[in-house]
Amino acid sequence: MQKWLYLIPLLILLSPELLAETPEEKGLAIAVETEKRDNGWGDQTTDMAMILRNKQGEESHRTLRINTLEVDGDGDKSLTIFDDPKDVKGTAFLSYTHALVPDDQWLYLPALKRVKRISSANKSGPFVGSEFAYEDLTSQEVEKYTYTWLRDELLEGKNCFVIERFPVYENSGYTRQIVWIDQEIYRPLKVEFYDRKNALLKTLTIKDYKQYMDKFWRPDSMHMINHLTGKETSLIWKNYQFGNGLTDRDFDQNTLKRAR
Amino acid sequence: MERYLTYAVILFAISLMSQVGIAGEWSGQVGLEFRYFPQDAIDPRQDYSTNLSPVFEPEYYHEWDNGRQLFAFVPFFRFDQHDANRTHFDVRELTYVKAADTWELRLGVRKVFWGVIEFNHLVDIINQTDLVENIDTEDKLGQPMINLALIRDWGTVDLFIMPYFRERTFPGRHGRLRTRPPVADDLARFESGAEEKHVDLAARYSHFFGDFDVGIAHFYGTSRDPRFIPALKVDKPVLTPFYDLINQTSLDIQVTRGNMLWKLEALHRSGQGKTWNAAAGGFEYTFTGILETAIDLGLLAEYHYDDRDQSASTIFNNDIGLGARLAFNDVQSTTALIGLLVDRDNGGKFFNIEASRRIGTSWLLELQGRFLFDQASTDPAFSIHRDDYIELFLTYNF
Repeated sequence: MQKWLYLIPLLILLSPELLAETPEEKGLAIAVETEKRDNGWGDQTTDMAMILRNKQGEESHRTLRINTLEVDGDGDKSLTIFDDPKDVKGTAFLSYTHALVPDDQWLYLPALKRVKRISSANKSGPFVGSEFAYEDLTSQEVEKYTYTWLRDELLEGKNCFVIERFPVYENSGYTRQIVWIDQEIYRPLKVEFYDRKNALLKTLTIKDYKQYMDKFWRPDSMHMINHLTGKETSLIWKNYQFGNGLTDRDFDQNTLKRAR
Repeated sequence: MERYLTYAVILFAISLMSQVGIAGEWSGQVGLEFRYFPQDAIDPRQDYSTNLSPVFEPEYYHEWDNGRQLFAFVPFFRFDQHDANRTHFDVRELTYVKAADTWELRLGVRKVFWGVIEFNHLVDIINQTDLVENIDTEDKLGQPMINLALIRDWGTVDLFIMPYFRERTFPGRHGRLRTRPPVADDLARFESGAEEKHVDLAARYSHFFGDFDVGIAHFYGTSRDPRFIPALKVDKPVLTPFYDLINQTSLDIQVTRGNMLWKLEALHRSGQGKTWNAAAGGFEYTFTGILETAIDLGLLAEYHYDDRDQSASTIFNNDIGLGARLAFNDVQSTTALIGLLVDRDNGGKFFNIEASRRIGTSWLLELQGRFLFDQASTDPAFSIHRDDYIELFLTYNF
């Protein structure tokens, strides 16, 4: 018997089709790497301007400040303080996000000086009347979704992974999302949101990424279009600051009550 | 005396602001309240059916040290067309706060809120009620205090020393929504010989454990709510407030599970006549995005109990409250709230409606309506049973 014939079963076993990652494994690997590349920023403060536009082109504006704290092994803590419009100035929102259990959330009402713990089960509701839902803005932990890699594609001159992800957490407003992730910086550039009827509901484009602390990428703007209503919301992010020395203490109810 | 004190306080605030420099910012609101009373008043001195009342509440705020230190000054002015007692000025806040890792020190005139219940803020004792503002008792007078918060992993302990007592504001004889006979607040008396200078004390422990938010508190000092003693003033019957020294222990708990909030407030008070207890409990359930819209509908139900029963000084002695809250989640932040309070002993009903909507970018329009039905003459609410009103309040916010 020729000895080289023994190599044939070995060659079959080593063939690319049998050794390849499944699309699910590849999708998960990309999501894990995306999260890994954004680990270690510690704390972040930023100003955000929101422009809401209806089908007639009428605009209204909101401005807010958001402080965020990265938490090991859990979702981020965030404190959001509203500045405009003036009738809601000083309203503040404290959130401890979690991947699969409901977030802990408190609202501070400045007129009454009242801290009210609120129900967080509804993540699909609009954030301050905009086209962004709460679940669109909170930290995207890997465990929140299951993933499938669909294909690689060029989007506006950038090579992207195109991933499909399915929410695992309860009460999501979406059956699935399709995400274009920049292969170079591992950040999302575009997201398509499919509603409970599996129709394309919204498209989000994320632009003008800049690098901070030689490692972390943050966008200057996000633009959400609701295909059903024709309404749009743009978010303009400014003044990202890292390394502010924030701790859990800056995200407790005592700090929430100091918000103005 | 109080007037000179307020002038001194304003002068102090202005000089402090100029030390702190122009780094601070001004904001606030100016508004006009219009009330319409559809029924004839009980007393000829209240003989008007509409009332106009402008309001001005600016705020000066400065923070530094990365938000760890702050100064705020909030004066408040109201002018009332018919009721001289309702025209008033208050310092809502004049405060300095320093925040550190394990403590916060909060000094000056401030407002503190305790509680989870919606129809009545039972355990909310620190600030005196500015009753002329609104009969729902949500508006408060500024309270001078030294408040030290000790912040630990196991919770926060707030300690309060309150060196000056604020008397409750009451409508004058020309005011509507008042007691019958009217209160003569210039004849107020105190159990404490030190009167308004009695130093009141309070402590509160608060923390959250998973879904549970808990507060346990104790207060010793002059009761914010007075008892009323009938008297004569210039041969006319009046009520005179009497402020007892009390001890009050209270509890407030909220459990937050999914779309459901479970709430409880309870208190035990001694020193104000016979020792008494009161409690209120209920729930609030929110349906989010009803009928495929962005509108949230919250339903609330509460039971209110006071073991003083028929001699209770409040209307909340054996009552059920039912309410619905609508949040439209629209760009103009439109909200609406309706509530019905029913007295289980005498069938008296108190119906409330509130709504608000932003107009443009800086204007807010608020609607409020309060109506009483089937009030028994023995219920404390009987004195206002012909004072049903509808109010429009338009504010410019800057």
